[in-house]
Amino acid sequence: MAQLDVQSKLAILADAAKYDASCASSGTAKRSSAGQKDGIGSTEGMGICHAYAPDGRCISLLKILLTNSCIFDCHYCINRKSANVRRARFSAKEVVDLTLSFYRRNYIEGLFLSSGIIRSSDYTMEQLVEVARSLREDHGFRGYIHLKTIPDADPLLLEAAGRHADRLSINVELPTVAGLTRLAPEKSAVRIEGAMAGLRHAIDDGRDATRRYKSAPGFAPAGQSTQMIVGADAATDRDIVGRASTLYDRYRLRRVYYSAFSPIPDASAVLPLQRPPLMREHRLYQSDWMMRFYDYKPEEVAAAADPATGMLPLDIDPKLAWALRFRERFPVDVNRAPREALLRVPGLGVKAVDGIIAARRWRRLRLEDVGRLTRSIAKLRAFLITEDWRPVALAERADPLPTAKPKREQLELFAA
Amino acid sequence: MPLVKLAAEDDFDGWRTAARAAALIGVPPEGLHWQVGDQVADLFAGATEPPLPPAPAGAAFSVSKTFVALAETVVLHADPERFALLYAMLVRLRDQPRLIEDQTDPLRRRLEEMAKAVRRDIHKMRAFLRFREVTDADDAPRYVAWFEPEHHIVRANAGFFMRRFATMRWSILTPEIAIHWDGDTLTQGPGAARADAPEGDPIEEVWKTYYASIFNPSRLKTGAMLKEMPKKYWKNMPETALVPALIAGAQARETQMVATARTASGGDAHAALEALRAEASGCQRCPLWQPATQTVFGEGPADARLLFIGEQPGDQEDLAGRPFVGPAGQLFDRALAEAGVDRARAYVSNAVKHFKFEPRGKRRIHAKPNGGEIEACRWWIEQERAIIRPTVTVALGATAAQSLLGRAVTISRIRGQPMALADGSEGWVTVHPSFLLRLPDEDRRVEEYARFVADLRRIGERVTALADPA
Repeated sequence: MAQLDVQSKLAILADAAKYDASCASSGTAKRSSAGQKDGIGSTEGMGICHAYAPDGRCISLLKILLTNSCIFDCHYCINRKSANVRRARFSAKEVVDLTLSFYRRNYIEGLFLSSGIIRSSDYTMEQLVEVARSLREDHGFRGYIHLKTIPDADPLLLEAAGRHADRLSINVELPTVAGLTRLAPEKSAVRIEGAMAGLRHAIDDGRDATRRYKSAPGFAPAGQSTQMIVGADAATDRDIVGRASTLYDRYRLRRVYYSAFSPIPDASAVLPLQRPPLMREHRLYQSDWMMRFYDYKPEEVAAAADPATGMLPLDIDPKLAWALRFRERFPVDVNRAPREALLRVPGLGVKAVDGIIAARRWRRLRLEDVGRLTRSIAKLRAFLITEDWRPVALAERADPLPTAKPKREQLELFAA
Repeated sequence: MPLVKLAAEDDFDGWRTAARAAALIGVPPEGLHWQVGDQVADLFAGATEPPLPPAPAGAAFSVSKTFVALAETVVLHADPERFALLYAMLVRLRDQPRLIEDQTDPLRRRLEEMAKAVRRDIHKMRAFLRFREVTDADDAPRYVAWFEPEHHIVRANAGFFMRRFATMRWSILTPEIAIHWDGDTLTQGPGAARADAPEGDPIEEVWKTYYASIFNPSRLKTGAMLKEMPKKYWKNMPETALVPALIAGAQARETQMVATARTASGGDAHAALEALRAEASGCQRCPLWQPATQTVFGEGPADARLLFIGEQPGDQEDLAGRPFVGPAGQLFDRALAEAGVDRARAYVSNAVKHFKFEPRGKRRIHAKPNGGEIEACRWWIEQERAIIRPTVTVALGATAAQSLLGRAVTISRIRGQPMALADGSEGWVTVHPSFLLRLPDEDRRVEEYARFVADLRRIGERVTALADPA
């Protein structure tokens, strides 16, 4: 193979990484270069997005693969052994230099490094760890590092990865074990979850140690995350929400990312080719939000799904869908209702609810007062009682709400 | 009306000293003129306005920390009214300290919105500012950026860049002010022009390569991009020049990706079907799996050109685990043979893959699947069709037609004519063989059976015609 220059390799190895959804760079330990003689970087600013691509995704980290060669043959993956794509491989030094020169120009917050598996899981993991080690130890890099972790690698390597990286992630890939068996026959759900459990213990121990001794080496201060592909197996939204909440509880994940399955060049016949279900992915993220910030239980989110198909509605958001299924709980009196009840009102965010609670100690709220805290009082009115407003009880309304009307859109004339 | 002169646009300390003194001597909320440097403050303030008298010695009052933090941020806003608005709020807080908790108060809201705009501007400067490398006189590198903030945030935001890029030399040039860091101290200079900043940087080309490659053309979401990266920032970001071409090329790239994959069917369709069958055996997408014996998956060659969709397995199919083996299946086989269609070359499956029934004593009576169950099970039939890619798909009966077309249809209206399906193949609709079994009238049964055979014959001819177009 002809020697490729760094720019050509970058084109191949960033392209191969574009199916990965995660790009977060927040929630890690505070670091700064103030007063330091050498090194560079800080973790201030809650995960800055330095650019946005036309796919609407944030670019916060340099997200690349060390190599896109792989000994596995997972059907949903562009880098699988049987795929007909150009292969390339970075040296550890090339990745380090690229990260630093991008960082100095304020293009990125840090590095998200993943890799196809070459030779063996241990060999590949060693290479990933070497990049992180060199950035931290040889160059005093204080920015963000996220390493994709290989489930079968030696625990000692995972331990080293956690010492240098802010976040580690292991992908569960597919929401159902049956789907994983079909599409990634060489991967094992048991091994993946075993590795997640191992990481959870290491992260917990690390937290514990840093609480007791200031000087203890931290272990993945930004915790662990995972990713699931949506739309490649038979999992319904209800299944996915249930699976995600299990993962959150069992392994204390910081985030579960969803990635709508994109058609990939040279897809095997095992997978259908269709447009990625972006709206479905979006609704799943909203349901994730409901659990993480609005205290909905997983079974409550599942109750917003269609009882027969187990799918969340695509035309309205899951919070509104839930409210329409449980109409008897509305309207809510903003001057009396407890915080939990206010949080369930579609269109009221956490900040608005906090504002209402602080303000109502002061006086009785009218509709216009609530209007100043939110973006659209017209959408909210049907769910609220204020000092000067009382709507028709939702349960008695025959007409669909103005918010619940599906958007009309013209069908595509030449849809594939 | 007294006039207050502030040292700079972001002079919070000056505002605080003056506002405190004015509040102590009881100046009303609208009773002050504010001026930055020597600019004329407002139209109604003459040059002869008296300065503010000092506050009485020893007098003091306190306001909440929340307000101080709010004021520190709002002072950076570009709105010339900000000093007066903050003073008005301060006077009200002096009389009613708890008013700060009322977030619905219109003035409080307005200040909150201003603070939000400032915070956003600070955040966007940290995100979208781009350094370019130049060489200083002593041959050491210096990183220079040109940025155009909306508000007076540069000095307030300097700390972030000092802490992050502590060991680099850098300069940030803006129209109002320039700041320079030499690795040790921060100095400040007059505003600059875009021409004072360097034109480019060799690494920018590498960065643009990254930007173009990390973009996934099959997920175009331009609205989401514009919401977070408004166009006003684009002119100072190297990578945004690529956006129009990336958007224009996305559709073409996606179509090509799908086309390549369609023609170059990489995998083994037979293995894919077997894998799908194994996955379907554990299907719990709808509640029908509970009472049924097993999933009844489709059957037939993976390269079939003709695919039949029935309604659902019946009592015998449920026990045998194979489609079309009961009475209706036997009738179907006979009709196919009469129509000259080779049953062994066709793939047969069902719209719903679990038997739905109502128990009546010892018998299980067939029950019609509902819309939700059809929808839940559509996933499987779509996967089967995607792997087999039949040239003609035939829906037998209303349930199958609803599954294939995604909407409820009347069989009699669309029977016996080809329909274009979304994937470019052809769809046909006819009755389900069980319909023929249920007809009470003998003459009618004979007539309908003949029609059914005629439909199948036309479909068979159509498959042959599509396979080798003369």
